[in-house]
Amino acid sequence: MASFDTAMAEWALGEAKKKGATAAEILFSSGESLAAGVRLGETEKLTSSRERRLGMRVFVGQSSATASTAEMDRNSIADFIADTVTLARLTAADPWSGLPDPALHPASFRELGLSDPECGIIDADRALQIARAAEKAALGADSRIKNSEGAEFDSGRYQIMLVNSQGFSGEYEGSSFSLVVQPIAQDGETMQHGYWYTTNRRFDKLEDAEAVGKTAAARALRRLGARKVKTTKVPVVFDPEMAGGLIRTLAGAASGPALYKGTSFLIDRLGEQVAAGGVTIVDDGTMPGALGSKPFDGEGLATRRQHLVERGILRTYLLDCYSARKLKLAPTGNASRSVGSPPTVSTTNLYLEPGQYTPEQVIGSVKQGLYVTEMIGFGINMVTGDYSRGAGGLWIEDGKLAYPVQEITIAGNLKEMFLNIEMIGNDLHWRTSVVSPTLKIAEMTIAGA
Amino acid sequence: MSKELAHPERFFGDRFGMSERALERILGTALERKADHADLYFEYKNSEALGLEESMVNHTAKSVSHGVGVRVNVEDRTGYAYSDEVTIDRMRLAAEAARAIADQRAEVPALQIGTPVPRHALYDVETTPLEIPLEQRARLLEDIDRAARAHDPRVKNVIASIAAERKIVMVATSEGTIAADVQPLCRLNVSVVAEDGKGGRQIGTFGGGGRVEYEYFLESERWRQYALEAARQAIVNLDADEAPAGEMVVVLGPGWPGILLHEAIGHGLEGDFNRKAVSAFSGRIGQKVASELCTVVDDGTIPLRRGSLNVDDEGTPTSRTVLIEKGILRGYLQDRLNGRLMKMKPTGNGRRESFAYAPMPRMTNTFMLAGESTPEEIIKSVKHGLYAVSFGGGQVDITNGKFVFSASEAYLIEDGHVTRPVKGATLIGNGPDVLTRVSRVGNDLALDSGIGTCGKDGQSVPVGVGLPTIRVDGLTVGGTRA
Repeated sequence: MASFDTAMAEWALGEAKKKGATAAEILFSSGESLAAGVRLGETEKLTSSRERRLGMRVFVGQSSATASTAEMDRNSIADFIADTVTLARLTAADPWSGLPDPALHPASFRELGLSDPECGIIDADRALQIARAAEKAALGADSRIKNSEGAEFDSGRYQIMLVNSQGFSGEYEGSSFSLVVQPIAQDGETMQHGYWYTTNRRFDKLEDAEAVGKTAAARALRRLGARKVKTTKVPVVFDPEMAGGLIRTLAGAASGPALYKGTSFLIDRLGEQVAAGGVTIVDDGTMPGALGSKPFDGEGLATRRQHLVERGILRTYLLDCYSARKLKLAPTGNASRSVGSPPTVSTTNLYLEPGQYTPEQVIGSVKQGLYVTEMIGFGINMVTGDYSRGAGGLWIEDGKLAYPVQEITIAGNLKEMFLNIEMIGNDLHWRTSVVSPTLKIAEMTIAGA
Repeated sequence: MSKELAHPERFFGDRFGMSERALERILGTALERKADHADLYFEYKNSEALGLEESMVNHTAKSVSHGVGVRVNVEDRTGYAYSDEVTIDRMRLAAEAARAIADQRAEVPALQIGTPVPRHALYDVETTPLEIPLEQRARLLEDIDRAARAHDPRVKNVIASIAAERKIVMVATSEGTIAADVQPLCRLNVSVVAEDGKGGRQIGTFGGGGRVEYEYFLESERWRQYALEAARQAIVNLDADEAPAGEMVVVLGPGWPGILLHEAIGHGLEGDFNRKAVSAFSGRIGQKVASELCTVVDDGTIPLRRGSLNVDDEGTPTSRTVLIEKGILRGYLQDRLNGRLMKMKPTGNGRRESFAYAPMPRMTNTFMLAGESTPEEIIKSVKHGLYAVSFGGGQVDITNGKFVFSASEAYLIEDGHVTRPVKGATLIGNGPDVLTRVSRVGNDLALDSGIGTCGKDGQSVPVGVGLPTIRVDGLTVGGTRA
């Protein structure tokens, strides 16, 4: 790879200045990966990749433009910079635009252990072997597991470099490994797929392949025989996977761009109660080795640990510099960049602090209700908080999981749903970068037969 | 289209030095082990986006990307490798990585690249929106902002964007064929936030586009229709009541509500899922899966449409495929790999998001043919039900067949009349039987305005849908009023 180093970045920043930019920022990302898939025991696919992208944000006064290119020779980059400066000149002067206040750039970075120190890309033979073991465990789990959408093992490494014209320069690299298994359970005419996964920055911290396969099989099997229930209002228990989706949505409503555009149900709610008293939600970009950690955000600000919600009170919004200026608040280190787009906001490692109940106790508290384990569709109105999604799971009768249900929806309003979190499980597991324990919401509308 | 692109198959040769001999050598490397098929996919894409917020065009972004993907198929196995460096050396490495899927050594076949593939001419536009001066595009967004705000004082914010791209693709195959295409694509989008002054806030969204020239948005002031439609929808929703919950008669309006077909039928008929027998439609060709009123097609050959292509991303010309004919399941959507394995012809539905992905069967423009009822008759026939005219996204579980799609503008039907607006709600049904409940089909078939993007296995591709007004006797509506 004709590598793009800091010297090259400094040259590019100089070129931008020469062309008339008053400030500029370079983002360079590169990566390599290998994905290996098996299906029904046979190798199905091998995909190997390498990518590198150069992104640039330039400012001419208060006007700015963002651009990205794959053409990496100096002549092409020089043309690219000239085009980007021209684009910026044609863009409206926006009083809130600009690089961060230079005082906000950290002097040094934390070592966060984002790369596996021992393992690089896992070679095809080994990757296939792991995927095969996981799928085999799923297929062998029960005679009703007869088919499969396969298992896939991926590994990748990436590098990020961010340099700006006010002296910030930072680089980091990371690794990722993941295994996904998707068996299909069949009973007579009906089929259900199951899905389970493990993902980590360190190869040796992945869950055991056979265990992942068995869990996937169990998740497919427990859906067999699912029926529709009658339309009703009942308590709904979200399993940890589905509960994670709920807090991700809350973080979306608390993000700067949604707030200043008027497309959030959390406008003007800072300092107010937005969730039940037991709910504390933390965003922490500094956890060593965690999937959502990074030393600095998409604008070169240090990431941090902060309470989004503390005992039910909304404590902070999640802000990049632009939305922070617009909302007259301080940025929170949550800027996220892809090379070709201006900064937006994302969470780092987001979690809801565990409560005191075992999942069995949470389910046990429900006389009639739904334990939701699957959701489909995008029926969330972020402006009003209205929530209506396709759901599947297990029906709870007298505190026990009784039978699987499907082809129903669950509906409510997120503002009320968070206030109505009645019980919080003690089962917080760091499986991805957004996690929650089991949650019970006092009442939602189930639409069915 | 500019002169350099009159022969898109020469573009990669001229720019990256990819002569036909070089392509043959790379394919030869890919085929050093025994394989059924190999191909090279080249892509060069320019895109630009402008965004307006708070009456200011303050976001502009542009990008240039290029890359090449090498694929080797052996039986049902796929080796794929890609690189964003379009050089002979990089491609040789990619070919070596891709052929790792094959295990037996083979005589490299004699290859002669150069048989051109016939292709449609569905979007031979003179210029793409990328060539329109940026100031002009920015002024259009400002006009949209003014039009939406002038529509009603309750309009508080307008978010508008125009995104345009031009993609040049070329596919060279081990069968010796070579196909190239220049694919313009543009989308104009408007979201309007309205406030009622009593604490209520709502959003309305509308947009459109396709493989069109910039003038498309100026014809009959289409841009103004988009702005007013988004504003109207936001304001209607300010007064919306709680949506009902439970199973009821649902009347779907024409156009974008065709997302029903995309989710309920289309995905389940993609060749890969059926070859693997993991679809709720697997093995059901020839069976009745819809009422006799329903004929559903996927057609990639409609001029200027967002979902149309001259050739698919494997170099196969697109076609019109009948999926359901008068209620009977007739066909699947196929790419090369799945067509070969199922002994069916590829239907021109092999698509990919970019060079970073191997192709798979995907929809193009999926719609139901018109029937004979008038929309008025259909509404009049309903005693109590829901009339849903505008939707957000949808999703399907292809294995159990359950699908959802979410209404963003809907009304109650009471005693044959459309009455009050109700809030958005998700509708859920079962793909293999939802169309058996279609009891009336309107004479007002419309295709959507050009806004669809379909996601599958992490890949997004532009698609279209269409529907006449239809009556479905029983679909579960996921509101809050039980």
